[in-house]
Amino acid sequence: MTYFADVGALARKDLLLELRARDTLPAMLLFVVATFVVFHFSLPAHSSQLAASGLLWVAILFTALLGLGRAFVPEREQRVLDGLVLAPCDRSAIWLAKSIATLAFLGAAELVALPVFALFFHGLSGATIAGVVLADIGICAVGTFLGAMAVATRARDLLLPLLFLPLAIPIVVGGVGASVVGSPGRYLAFLALYDVLFGLLCWATFEYVVTE
Amino acid sequence: MIRARKVGKRFGDKRVLRGVDLDVARGAFAIVTGPNGSGKTTLLRLCAGLAVPSEGDLEVDAPRAAVGYLAHEPLVYRELTALENLDLYGRLYRVPERRERIGMLLERFGLWDVRHDRVVSYSRGMTQRLALCRVLLHEPELLVLDEPYTALDTAGAELLDAQLVELHGERTVLVSTHDPDRVAQLATQRLALA
Amino acid sequence: MRLVSRLSRVPLPALAVVSLVLMMVALTLVFYVAPNDANQGFSQRIFYFHVSIAFTAYACFAAGAWKALLHLWKRDPRADLESYVAVHQGVIFGTLVLLTGSIWAKISWGHWWLWGEDELVLFLVLFLFYCAYFMLRFSVDPGPQRANFSAVYALFGVVLIPVSFLAIRIAKSFVHPEVFTLHGPNFGGWILVTYCVAQAALLLLAHTLYRVELTGKRLDARLRELRFA
Repeated sequence: MTYFADVGALARKDLLLELRARDTLPAMLLFVVATFVVFHFSLPAHSSQLAASGLLWVAILFTALLGLGRAFVPEREQRVLDGLVLAPCDRSAIWLAKSIATLAFLGAAELVALPVFALFFHGLSGATIAGVVLADIGICAVGTFLGAMAVATRARDLLLPLLFLPLAIPIVVGGVGASVVGSPGRYLAFLALYDVLFGLLCWATFEYVVTE
Repeated sequence: MIRARKVGKRFGDKRVLRGVDLDVARGAFAIVTGPNGSGKTTLLRLCAGLAVPSEGDLEVDAPRAAVGYLAHEPLVYRELTALENLDLYGRLYRVPERRERIGMLLERFGLWDVRHDRVVSYSRGMTQRLALCRVLLHEPELLVLDEPYTALDTAGAELLDAQLVELHGERTVLVSTHDPDRVAQLATQRLALA
Repeated sequence: MRLVSRLSRVPLPALAVVSLVLMMVALTLVFYVAPNDANQGFSQRIFYFHVSIAFTAYACFAAGAWKALLHLWKRDPRADLESYVAVHQGVIFGTLVLLTGSIWAKISWGHWWLWGEDELVLFLVLFLFYCAYFMLRFSVDPGPQRANFSAVYALFGVVLIPVSFLAIRIAKSFVHPEVFTLHGPNFGGWILVTYCVAQAALLLLAHTLYRVELTGKRLDARLRELRFA
């Protein structure tokens, strides 16, 4: 139980920081809407609706990357991460709390982005929404983990997309499958499997990312 | 409390610490001196548990919850207020009667009036005072202080003096400093790094 | 495991000679002994190398992940370098998979690239993933943090392999309805013997290269240590 109390305290801190600084969420929102407009002009007339569905996933992925790149910036400045690592809580709580916070930002951005997408292109099926939710979990779990590594390197922001995109390909497959195929069951199951597998891996190995 | 035998630390090819022997008994007050680049900070990070030695043996007889480490950086969020920062650490360290303890520390270090201001608006000295509050918050058994007098004004330094006198003999203290005379009368042992 | 540990005690020159001989035998078998494929003719012989190189690359990635686990779990001080070298060999063989697959696709279907071929796509994903591994490794200063990052990312790799494989499979129903397969011939007789010899030759070659690189890297590290001591 204390584990979840720690996660709660840490996640609350991240939400508070965002509320104070207000730099991540507005950026994500603006970015995702701008991306939709770019998509409108990059899809020639009479392209199939399916093409737009595919592009939705590109937009989600890159919007998430924008937020994930910022995730550990407050900890990097002033090396606050050392302070958290020294605290007696389980180190994986740091990852879990940060993942929850980034998930909240991504979810909030999508709360606006998905209706805008429906307005600009076409309506979204229930399976697509379910796919987005499942994909968000995987994106935030893995992305936050890699973000913690990336901020500790010399290349910093440059590295995160390189580390993340190969790992995100299965998410795109599951998400696009869920939104364009008639029976989306196995794609949603695949996304859930991804979340469980990589979630466990991140949870078990985060300690090594923040300690020697 | 701390027992180091031939401890060394390397970062790739760069050797920052070599062959350090150190014994700090419970309740001792040890000061570490040495010029810039002699590995004081590295040694303190090793003792605080933030790094592991590349060679030699190091035993620190205190769990993570019983160590208080003051780093070069204050280890607080600049966009949060003093109260919010200490509240976070208080929760993570499961400090009993958190609010009272935080209030008492803020009062003692003269930050009570600015407790609702974000740390980014603090001067360096005030940030250092807040960092000291963070270190003392969970009443650690072992205090590892890296250049604690940095950026403190006369009043702040005197507050720290008083705090160290109060803890003297009860808690184990390992402190690195450029100005060993300041804490000379408290020191029970001294380690000079070259 | 025991076989590998016994193999690592064989002196390096002997290992090099044996893998060279075995390679020669494999080449002879592939070009002179194995029968022509009924559908694809002579060019199908690239199958023996393409498939065994792919298997060797998997073996290298798995070895890299195993060493990564040893680093994280047992704190084996040699494991970091061993893991890195194994991944490095894996990337070299993985690149060869892309090359041989590409050549085979060109000869058989007239295209250098086929999205319909699962293994090629998988190796492309893995190639990108492990290139990022190198970016990560060279972007952190040598030390325990770099070792940890590399190890953790190598572990992600072995989870990514089956997950990507599954993803590429299920993606077919909407990305690529028509299915090509670079189907191998039905196994039997000389075909099986040839494949097994080629596979053994490549695994041994990979092991030899691994040992050579490891020896070189260790020598280099030792030299630096002496210079900076």
